[in-house]
Order: sequence, then structure tokens, then C-alpha cells
Amino acid sequence: MMDTKINIPKNTEMTSVISIKGVNKWYGDFQALSNIDLEIKLKEKIVICGPSGSGKSTLIRCLNRLEAHQEGTIQVSGIELHERMKDIDVVRQDIGMVFQSFNLFPHLTVLENCMAGPNWVRGIDKSEAKERAIAMLEQVKIPEQADKYPEQLSGGQQQRVAIARSLCMQPKVMLFDEPTSALDPEMVSEVLDTMIELAKSGMTMICVTHEMGFARQVADKIVFMADGQIVEQNSPEEFFNNPQHERTKAFLDQILK
Amino acid sequence: MFVDTVIEDKALHKPAFLFGLFIAVLAIFFAFNFTDTFFGEFLRPVIGEPKESGFYGRFAVSVVLAVLFVLNLFVISFFRLKLQIAIVWIELFLLFLAFAYSFDLKMSFIQSRVGLMVTQGLFTTIYISAVSIVIATVIAIVGAIAKLSNNGFAFAIASFYTSLFRGLPLLLQVYLIYKGLPQIGFMVDAVPAGITALSLCYGAYMTEIFRAGIQSIPRGQWEASRALGFKFSLIMRKIILPQAVPIIVPPTGNQFIAMLKDSSLVSVLGVWELMYLARTLGQRDFRHMEMLLTAAMIYWALTIVLEVIQARIEEKYKQKN
Repeated sequence: MMDTKINIPKNTEMTSVISIKGVNKWYGDFQALSNIDLEIKLKEKIVICGPSGSGKSTLIRCLNRLEAHQEGTIQVSGIELHERMKDIDVVRQDIGMVFQSFNLFPHLTVLENCMAGPNWVRGIDKSEAKERAIAMLEQVKIPEQADKYPEQLSGGQQQRVAIARSLCMQPKVMLFDEPTSALDPEMVSEVLDTMIELAKSGMTMICVTHEMGFARQVADKIVFMADGQIVEQNSPEEFFNNPQHERTKAFLDQILK
Repeated sequence: MFVDTVIEDKALHKPAFLFGLFIAVLAIFFAFNFTDTFFGEFLRPVIGEPKESGFYGRFAVSVVLAVLFVLNLFVISFFRLKLQIAIVWIELFLLFLAFAYSFDLKMSFIQSRVGLMVTQGLFTTIYISAVSIVIATVIAIVGAIAKLSNNGFAFAIASFYTSLFRGLPLLLQVYLIYKGLPQIGFMVDAVPAGITALSLCYGAYMTEIFRAGIQSIPRGQWEASRALGFKFSLIMRKIILPQAVPIIVPPTGNQFIAMLKDSSLVSVLGVWELMYLARTLGQRDFRHMEMLLTAAMIYWALTIVLEVIQARIEEKYKQKN
């Protein structure tokens, strides 16, 4: 387990990029989220962890409204997300999202995957979109795969392309929904390294992950969820060395064995 | 289907199977009695006058035929796969020709009329089918999206439409449109009426094909597109439909082939397409079989062309993936 804290730019402004207040969500009778309050500031790196079924994925998917919450408010850059909103697509353009199952577009090459967003919705012309795509693929260290199709790549490579695809939109926030859970063990680190690089560049990041080494290295704040609630949120030092709740202790015992 | 890596013994190389096959084939040939055909004539030196050869002649002919049949299969089994397929195709085709030949056809009659069947009949058939498939495809895309939407009106109209037009026989639809539309003030010619009926009918079937194709695209594709800020129409055009096409092509090709032949139902409206000409050209001279078989061959040739095109398209998508 790496313990060295790397040098990551801290949030200097106090403005919230994402503001979650009193959010509740139900699937039928099952309450998936209850009374969630969370503020995420510019350049902050948040890691959300917790046992499966604790609502952490549901919460992160509410932040770009892939899922709908039923009570409370979620504001992204001051815009409230609700079901009557007209311009959800504009809000989503500024929120990158990386999925557990990559979700690259299989009929497009790696380069086309990365050009699609800027070219189709940002209105950037093809040559510029291509330049940007190549730059981002260099950032995730796979420019040589640009002309391949996703299924020709390994899982780790696909996930890095997915990160590059999101970055091409030049988002304000990046959401990671268990980005390494579907990967073979030897590919986890290449994706985590990419995410650490991204953290260093000052990106605002919200990561649902079980990678505690990554959390320790990168996170400004670790949010622990169980049963749809935020049980505890703290700095990594406090969270790992001095957990407050029994649930947190039990979880850490399990995961850090 | 994927072939296993273990090679099994060929059934045709096992004596027991060959013997069983021989007995079965012998029984079939015996039951059908080929003595008063070409084969009986052929065996005259052995069985004497075929018509009077009785039980013995019937048995002898059956044995010879069964031996030839089994020997034929046995020999073919030694060739490599592609050659086997070609030989079996040719043999089956020759059998079909023999069937056609048995009608005592007058070739000069066919030759004198085949020109009109191709220039008038084939052209009309292709024209009606091609226009109909284009319209049906447009209907299918709209119908599929409507059926998948949350809009109550769109869903209701689309599902009523598919239910009605899949629920009525096509021939009935052709009549209803041709005879029915004038009742409400629309005079339609036979060809547009036929195209309308075919488009609506096949649009209904293809709506279901397109819907299934769209639904087969994983949810993650929608989520990734939405997360990038794509609007619905963009997701549909650039992400979902391009991925659905390879899934939709085989059943759509099937529909096109079926439509090509169902366009023959338009002949009831007096449109001079293939089937109409096949029925009418032979009538005066009582040469029905000549014209019907000619039309059959033209339809068949046409569908083979379509099958090849469909295979090419499927191959193209296979390479891309």
C-alpha cells in the first residue's frame, strides 16, 4: 500500500462545482439514497467508497442525471438538475464520465471515439477535434492505437481511451464509476496512473472506487457510504487511521486485509 | 454455429449406415414404382418389357436406383466441402429441371414470350418492390422509434399500425386499399395502390425488426452518449442505428426477398408484373406451365441475386468488426 502523498494542487477557491442537498432516491420501495448532503469544490478530488449496494454508483450517476433523484437538490455549476430542464445535454457536456464497462463506441475507431464529442456537440471542426483527440490520447499514453477499433484493445487501454474521450470535451468535472472494477489485475495500475496524472493536472474528480491506495494518494476527501447514506466523510489520513464509525471500521478491516 | 475441433467419422463411410440408407432408399423407390419411366426403359435388357415386368421389374429398377443413389453419396463424401456443396447443388438443380421437363414444355413458346416477361414483367416487379422497400424502411425506422418512445400517441399509433397490418392477409390489404380508398375520395391507380399495400404491410413487419435491432444495443451506449451531452436524434443517427444495422440486415434482406415475391399479389389489380403475365400469356394457347415455370425461374434468379447482395453486406460488416 502506497502511503506517500503526492503533490496535487489543492482547491484554492471555495466555490462549489457540485452541491448536493438533502437528496433522496427510491427504486420502488427501496430507498437507494437517503438525505445525501455533499459539496464538491473546484479542483477537489473526492473518493466515494462503501460496500456494494450502498448507493455510491447511484449517487455519482445522479450528478449528470443518468439517474433521477426524487427529493432534494443537485446543482452543477449553479444549474439545478431536475426533470423539466431543457438543456441537460449542455450541462452534461461539462461533466466527463468514465464507466466500469468503458462503453466506447464499438463502430468508431479510437480516434473517432475521441473526436465525436467535440465535433458533434461542441461544434469544433474536424481537424481541430483530431488535434485535440491526439493530444488527449498522448496524455493517456496510447496515441499509437488511434486507428484501431475498441475491441482490438485490452481492457486497460479501452478504459484509458474512455478517459481520453471524456477529456476531449474539456469537462469541468470528471466522474469515475468504478473505473477499474472490470479490469484484469495487471491492468488496474495503468488506469490508476492515468487518473493520478489527471489529478495532478488539477481536474475536479469524483471517483467511486475500491482502490484504497489510490484514495490515499489522491483524495482530498473520502466519503464512506452504506445503505444509501453517507456514514462518514473525512481526509484520507483521518479516514484510514482514525475511522469514526463501526461500519467504516468493519469495511476497512475487510478491504485492507 | 461453431464447428468442434474433433473430427467424427463420416456416417457415409460406415458400412452399417450405408446399408441402412440403401434399404430405406430402396423401399422408397419401390413404393413409387419407376418401371414405366425412363429407368424401366433403360433396364429393358434385364427385365424385358417394362410394363409387363411386374414385381421383379419393379424390384430390379429400385435396386439399380438405390445403388446409384448410395454410390453417388459415397463418392461425393470424398470431395472437399466446397466441391461437395457445388455437386449437390447441381444435382438438385438437375432434378428440378427433370421435374420441369416432365411437363412436355414447348421451348419455342417460352422463347417467343420471355422477352415481354423480362422487359415488362420483371421491370414492373423490381420497380414495385424497390419503391416499396424504401418506403417500408422509412416507415420501419419511424415506427420502431415510436414504439420505443414514451409518447402515448406515438406508441398507440405505431402499435395499432403494426397490429393491423401484420394481422391482415396481404392480399386483403391490396384489395382494401385499391377498392377502399376511392370510397373515401382517393382515386388510386393499381401500381400506387400495390406499392402502398406492400409498403404498409412490410413496414409493419420491419418496424418490429428495427425495434428489436435498436433494443439490442446495450444501455451503456446510450449512457456514454448522454454523458457526452448528445441529444436524442444524434444518439440515434450516429451511435445506435449504425450499430443496429448489422443486426437488422439479415432479417431485412429476408423481408426484401419475401416482398419481391409478395409483389405478385398486385397482379390481382391487373398490374402487368411477372405473375400477371405468367398467368395471362399462356392462357390463350393453354400453355400455362411454360409461362409459370418461366416466371418461377425469373423469381428464383432474382432472389439469388438478392441473397448474394445480402451476403456481401453481411461480410462487409463482419470485416469491419
